[in-house]
Amino acid sequence: MLATIGLEVHVQLQTHSKIFSGAATAYGAEPNAQACAVDLGMPGTLPVMNAEAVRLAIRLGLALGSTIAPRSVFARKNYFYPDLPKGYQISQFEAPILIGGGVDIRVGDTEKRIALTRAHLEEDAGKSVHDAFHRDSGIDLNRAGTPLLEIVSEPVIESATEAVAYLKALHTLVRWLGVSDGNMQEGSFRCDANVSVRRPGESLGTRAEIKNVNSFRFVEKAIDYEIERQIRLIESGGKVVQETRLYDAQRDETRSMRGKESAHDYRYFPDPDLPPLVLDAALIAAERDALPELPDARRQRYQSALGLTAYDATQLTQDRALSEAFEAVIAASGAPAKLCANWVLSEWQGALNAANLSIEQSPLSAARLGGLVARVHDGSLSSKMAKQAFEAMFAGTESADDVIARLGLKQVSDSGALGAHVDAVISEHPAQVAQFRAGNEKLLAFFVGQIMKRTQGQANPAQVTVLLRERLQ
Amino acid sequence: MSLLSLLAALDDGSTSARAATENALDRAARHADLNALITIAADAARAAGDAADAERARGARGALLGVPFAHKDVFCTRDILSTAGSKMLANFVPPYSATIHDKLQAAGAVLIGKANMDEFAMGSSNEHSHFGAVRNPWDRSRVPGGSSGGSAALVAARVVPFATASDTGGSIRQPAALCGVTGIKPTYGRVSRYGMIAYASSLDQAGVIATSAHDAAIALNVIAGFDPRDPTSVDAPPIDIDGALAMSLAGLRIGRPRQWCGAGIDAGVANAIDAALAVYAAHGARIVDVDLPSSEHAIAAYYVIAPAEASSNLARFDGVRYGHRCANPKDLADLYTRSREEGFGHEVQKRILTGTYVLSAGYYDAYYHRALKVRRLIAEDFARVFNDVDVIAGPTSPSVAFKLGEKLADPVAMYLADINTVSVNLAGLPALSIPCGFSDGLPVGLQLCAPWWQESRLIGAAHAFQQVTDWHRAVPGGAA
Repeated sequence: MLATIGLEVHVQLQTHSKIFSGAATAYGAEPNAQACAVDLGMPGTLPVMNAEAVRLAIRLGLALGSTIAPRSVFARKNYFYPDLPKGYQISQFEAPILIGGGVDIRVGDTEKRIALTRAHLEEDAGKSVHDAFHRDSGIDLNRAGTPLLEIVSEPVIESATEAVAYLKALHTLVRWLGVSDGNMQEGSFRCDANVSVRRPGESLGTRAEIKNVNSFRFVEKAIDYEIERQIRLIESGGKVVQETRLYDAQRDETRSMRGKESAHDYRYFPDPDLPPLVLDAALIAAERDALPELPDARRQRYQSALGLTAYDATQLTQDRALSEAFEAVIAASGAPAKLCANWVLSEWQGALNAANLSIEQSPLSAARLGGLVARVHDGSLSSKMAKQAFEAMFAGTESADDVIARLGLKQVSDSGALGAHVDAVISEHPAQVAQFRAGNEKLLAFFVGQIMKRTQGQANPAQVTVLLRERLQ
Repeated sequence: MSLLSLLAALDDGSTSARAATENALDRAARHADLNALITIAADAARAAGDAADAERARGARGALLGVPFAHKDVFCTRDILSTAGSKMLANFVPPYSATIHDKLQAAGAVLIGKANMDEFAMGSSNEHSHFGAVRNPWDRSRVPGGSSGGSAALVAARVVPFATASDTGGSIRQPAALCGVTGIKPTYGRVSRYGMIAYASSLDQAGVIATSAHDAAIALNVIAGFDPRDPTSVDAPPIDIDGALAMSLAGLRIGRPRQWCGAGIDAGVANAIDAALAVYAAHGARIVDVDLPSSEHAIAAYYVIAPAEASSNLARFDGVRYGHRCANPKDLADLYTRSREEGFGHEVQKRILTGTYVLSAGYYDAYYHRALKVRRLIAEDFARVFNDVDVIAGPTSPSVAFKLGEKLADPVAMYLADINTVSVNLAGLPALSIPCGFSDGLPVGLQLCAPWWQESRLIGAAHAFQQVTDWHRAVPGGAA
């Protein structure tokens, strides 16, 4: 059986105010503290389009290769729900702002472009609170009117792995462009998955929609579960029904959501309060000119121009701040990209992860790290010393050179100074010298170790090896 | 006293804003039997009158500084009950004001109270108000028209020199005609809809009712203008009042649509309209017959589009956040059903049901979509006619004021009261109604309609007529 998956992603646009009102969008305020008369659907109030939300949608559309509709239309989606203040949601229906486009993904060595159907602007609803009051439900309208862009893929995704690759690529892109903070816990990036299965050669099967799965891991598990459920159902002679299902992460299963969504007639019609959204070519051109280098292009450049491995290039382009920090380290150190990539991806990222900090919150700046990498590159520091210096720098505010001076971390590469130690070690260990000369190559490490000990680790091991070979041969 | 003469008296000190306010409050009390006001804001009005006098004493001269007025209760007024004539909002005190209220306050106008209206502006007789029917000052057994019946009755009884009103399918012009006053519905977009409780958003337009075209123009210029809070409002140049007053009728081309003067028009109304057009002709205007063929479908299109929008606009009245909530709801569905069943009157419920139906899957194309096509054809008719004429004229209403209760049992007859007015809303055009005679002792209104944004031309044509006729000065016998 083959699986077919289409994804609908709700991306919360990173604006200061709501899509149709001036109320703030910040997360976590007291209930209903960020809902004005417009958000409350008070009589006589009217929506006013937030220009910033439009710019963000255009920006993402350009990056996705979508057609930016010169004219799109807001429509009302009518239904009653307590957290929907107007009794309708303002969305786009027949004429969305973005049409087509796609997201490139790679699974293993295979590359694939996931085509998009459309993306449309809409407002979020509020939130029902069922556990705050005895017997009554509460309504928090802080989220009502938050700007969303719903991105709808074509049903061309064939596995949970591809689905996650698509979501991660999209997630990287929206954050890269500053379109959304992508915070999944706070609901800034939410996903519904339409899943169906069919036998090869058959047309698309009946789909089930899995609602609101809010982590990559759960998306993968929910889709895998649903594919398996549908296959079992069909193979045992059953039929998949078109329905909405909820993923229960604790039990790792999807369950039918009865009632609410079924057989709804939303009575969409163009919103007479909002004129069609007509986009000026100049506005689109301005967004195009301001578009940064995109993650895919940058990844390719890192491989072709900087000679990084595909793995490193991919890691470095998952996050724009990380990628920019990496480039700043290159600029500050003058060291080869590969060396900089190693430092950024292993030491720096490792330390940040251990401290649970983002790159933006890092106590160590790219410029200071660059200073350290420069000392590694010019041979002043062994990698062991450099790691010691890194720890001191990550904890404090000193420059690399200050830390090196304070800790006395200077690698000795001078053949004169090292030569004395080499000679001493050779004369102290005649037996080992004999064995080495008899062909026991492994003893080279022993001699290097002895010299490192004598120099308290400051000897440049590469230089020591060269000198040892010269004198032992 | 007209708005103009009151302003002159305030300017020369022969009266005060406080005195004008007291006078309006007195007259409101004396005409309480009209049931034209839902709320009387006496204390606030007196304070505003005093404040206006203090401003005037400091030399200030706002465009309406110290002039009393009433708002149709469809406009939200901060801290003052704003009901839209509905039980649903019988307890609703908004924490914000309509943009036009802010503008009137800034101009120094003094709010006396909130005028009665058909519930949510749905009606042509003002009998569909939770607060009871309004009576026509010319004959208290008759309707004042609707939905702005309270506003028209107050101006006709000379309680206030002007009142705000709103017009979705004729709700300013028809009551103005039936009450013998001047009412103007501007071009869609000239006046902000922010804070005006919506009936049908693509048709609703705020305007004013006054005793003359000149007075109406003064008040309209105060409330008009682009509003950043209403994306459908437009930054149009204000009415050129001086230009309008100087306009000559000589050479004015007036189109008389055959479809406005057809079989359904009462003879007395037709006679008054003919006489009025003869006055125009006598002063140099040229009357030509024109055709608006699509307007025969206007009522049908209107009663699809307006209810469709209303069904959605009125969804917010759900008993959850404000307005009427039923007692002891047993669950969510019960809360919705009973709150709305109890809060909305029959006419409103009927239009919500109609609107829900025409937007439903399977019916959308046959009704709503088709009505939009008719709407486009109607607008094209007008555009074509305006290639050849400057204004269009005809009876505002096919009949004079009818008896209270006369058409309640026959909704189609009631809907036909707007037969000549709805096509103007569907096209978004400006139009006004001016008194032009009497039939059986009841006022007849002449409707004039102009191309988009040509309110100056409308005011000019109406003012010229009012310079050579006295119909607009006629005061109902009971208005003393």
